[in-house]
Amino acid sequence: MTPVKLYPPKPEKVYFYGTCLVDIFFPEAGLDGVRLLEREGIEVVFPEDQTCCGQPAYTSGYESEARAVAESQLALFPEPWPIVVPSGSCGGMMRTHYPALFAGTNSEVRAMEVAGRIFELTEFLVHVCHLQLEDRGAPEKVAMHTSCSARREMGLAETGPALLAKLGHVELVEQARAAECCGFGGTFAVRHPEVSAAMVEDKTQAIEATGTKRFVTSDCGCLMNIGGRFEHQEKPVQGEHIASYLWRRTS
Amino acid sequence: MSVEIYTPQAFHRQAHDALGNPQIRGNFRKAMDGLMTKRRDIFNDWDLETLRELGANIRLRALAKLPDLLEQLEANCQANGIQMHWAEDGDQACRIIREICQARGAKSVIKGKSMVSEEMHLNAHLEEAGIEALESDLGEYLVQLNEQTPSHIIMPAIHLNTDEISDILHDKTGTERTRDVDYMTAAARQQLRERFMSADVGVSGVNFAVAETGTLCLVENEGNGRMTTTVPPVHIAVTGIEKVVEHLRDVAPLYALLTRSATGQHVTTYFNLINSPRKRGERDGPEEVHLVLVDNGRSSIYQDDELLDTLRCIRCGACMNHCPVYTRVGGHTYGTTYPGPIGSILMPHMLGLEATQDLPSASSLCGACGEVCPVKIPIPDLLVRLRKEAVGEGRGNVLGAGVKRNKKEVAAWKSWQWMATHPGAWRGGTAIAGKLQVMMPAKLGPWTDYRTMPKPAKTSLHALMKRHRQEKES
Ligand code: SF4
Repeated sequence: MTPVKLYPPKPEKVYFYGTCLVDIFFPEAGLDGVRLLEREGIEVVFPEDQTCCGQPAYTSGYESEARAVAESQLALFPEPWPIVVPSGSCGGMMRTHYPALFAGTNSEVRAMEVAGRIFELTEFLVHVCHLQLEDRGAPEKVAMHTSCSARREMGLAETGPALLAKLGHVELVEQARAAECCGFGGTFAVRHPEVSAAMVEDKTQAIEATGTKRFVTSDCGCLMNIGGRFEHQEKPVQGEHIASYLWRRTS
Repeated sequence: MSVEIYTPQAFHRQAHDALGNPQIRGNFRKAMDGLMTKRRDIFNDWDLETLRELGANIRLRALAKLPDLLEQLEANCQANGIQMHWAEDGDQACRIIREICQARGAKSVIKGKSMVSEEMHLNAHLEEAGIEALESDLGEYLVQLNEQTPSHIIMPAIHLNTDEISDILHDKTGTERTRDVDYMTAAARQQLRERFMSADVGVSGVNFAVAETGTLCLVENEGNGRMTTTVPPVHIAVTGIEKVVEHLRDVAPLYALLTRSATGQHVTTYFNLINSPRKRGERDGPEEVHLVLVDNGRSSIYQDDELLDTLRCIRCGACMNHCPVYTRVGGHTYGTTYPGPIGSILMPHMLGLEATQDLPSASSLCGACGEVCPVKIPIPDLLVRLRKEAVGEGRGNVLGAGVKRNKKEVAAWKSWQWMATHPGAWRGGTAIAGKLQVMMPAKLGPWTDYRTMPKPAKTSLHALMKRHRQEKES
């Protein structure tokens, strides 16, 4: 049975783990996540030396390289504060795979300890901050794509929609096969480009069929994939990380 | 018509062909959507998680005692009058079955559905020995007429639509061309009935073999399984060694999970419990019953405490039905007996990683397979484990381990590792990535055929956060 996760009370300080895709491609999403947390009165510590959680190498089978990189990240969170990650995929890596990756090594205890403090951003905003939002944007319809890692690895299918539901002028539209993968899958998109393309094609069609011009997602990999497909087709559907969307509509 | 040969080595080409074939894509999408809905609806009123937990535990317990249970099964089957045979691989299993047939002077074999017999290419082996083997499961029969292999483990002919089936029946058996499903089913039934009566031997698979009682369980919907195992004078059941369960009471929850996961049924039309050949005074049933237990790579998976989980599988096919890759490319693309997620974690043990190296990576690790698996096999984790094996980073106990390791890729990951463990260099790199945009390739091969090139932002998050901190402090 899925264990019930107990959430801590709202802390004074958190670590923010930006993830490499956010760092390089969607830095605004990271900053918007930080702003949302700060607005809740939380001090956000951004460890300077963070780089990548190690997932790309890990899922490609290159475990030693993944472990070396992950090991360097383990050292970045010495204080017992929660670690907030604006990505289900990196959050899933750190929460569920770090303990296995370091099993039987000297870093095992530290990996378990860090894993226990990992929260995906929308999860943290809903379950720890009990975030309330005042929507200042114009009424609109929006579709949401929850990443597979957030949905299945972290069990967070509901937190993104829960946040959107707090926006008074936003209507979340239902899309066909919402739970189906968009086809990103990290290196999967490169190793099996045609299959991946067929998957993202169906995803963009499903979003388009809702009639909305906007979709949000909890993961930058999905954003890059789905948004990139819309752009390639020159379709007028815009994608945004959910952190940016929430910040933009409420600031 | 020439026989289509699909191989796992040609995964990419086969995927390309399938993706370009609207018929295939349409047929699979429709079928898988239907199966997903059926499963979802039938588990509605069940405490699914509790049942899955129970199912997983039953399978784990059976596997933990596998050698003992197999011995117990053997003893109890023999006590019931079932003749036991052990086969190390598919060839040996084929020989055993052929010899049983030859000992009875058999000319024709009627077969119920059995994926193990597909695995060992039994039909071809028997044909070579001059024994005709006819599939009696409707889907298998159509696939056999069409000179193909099954494209799904539960619904072998799911890749065919009504028109195609009509054509096959017309071309091969002379029925009328029609879209009337009832007519076609009745026609095929008629053709098969005649063969049941005349077959010398019936061959079937096994869903669960019960050690405690020496009982063979067979789950089916068409009644062909019952005919196969009772009408001919000899019945040969063939199964992988992992199909054993400890107690008869273990069967009920597994059966409930199997039928619901597979086709969204509470129960199947037929559920056969086979205990022995015809006994004195009984009016029907075969004179001989044989059980052939096939290893074919299974005991080598069994040695590995992680990969062992693969053997929990009860062959429901739910992982295929929910796999977004399988849905797009169909079963033949995998070029293996078992396609989809279970195939990708099972076939490397049967064929080695050299042949199957593209399969473990043919998944976005979306986790849908693991989520629906009724016995909770952690399929995504096993895919990652096999990816490790393929690049020589695993424990090295899968046939062909390391075959995928190549210098270029290792060098790429090594330099990634260097960057990601040198934060200064990383910050420098990400800071200038945006500014160097002009120097990035305009195309990134396959990615940009379907999507625009991702553009590094002008300012990295590291730089943004630095600025943000300074603003807050001032
Ligand atoms: S791996 Fe699980 S879901 Fe897939 S066929 Fe086996 S039991 Fe069914």
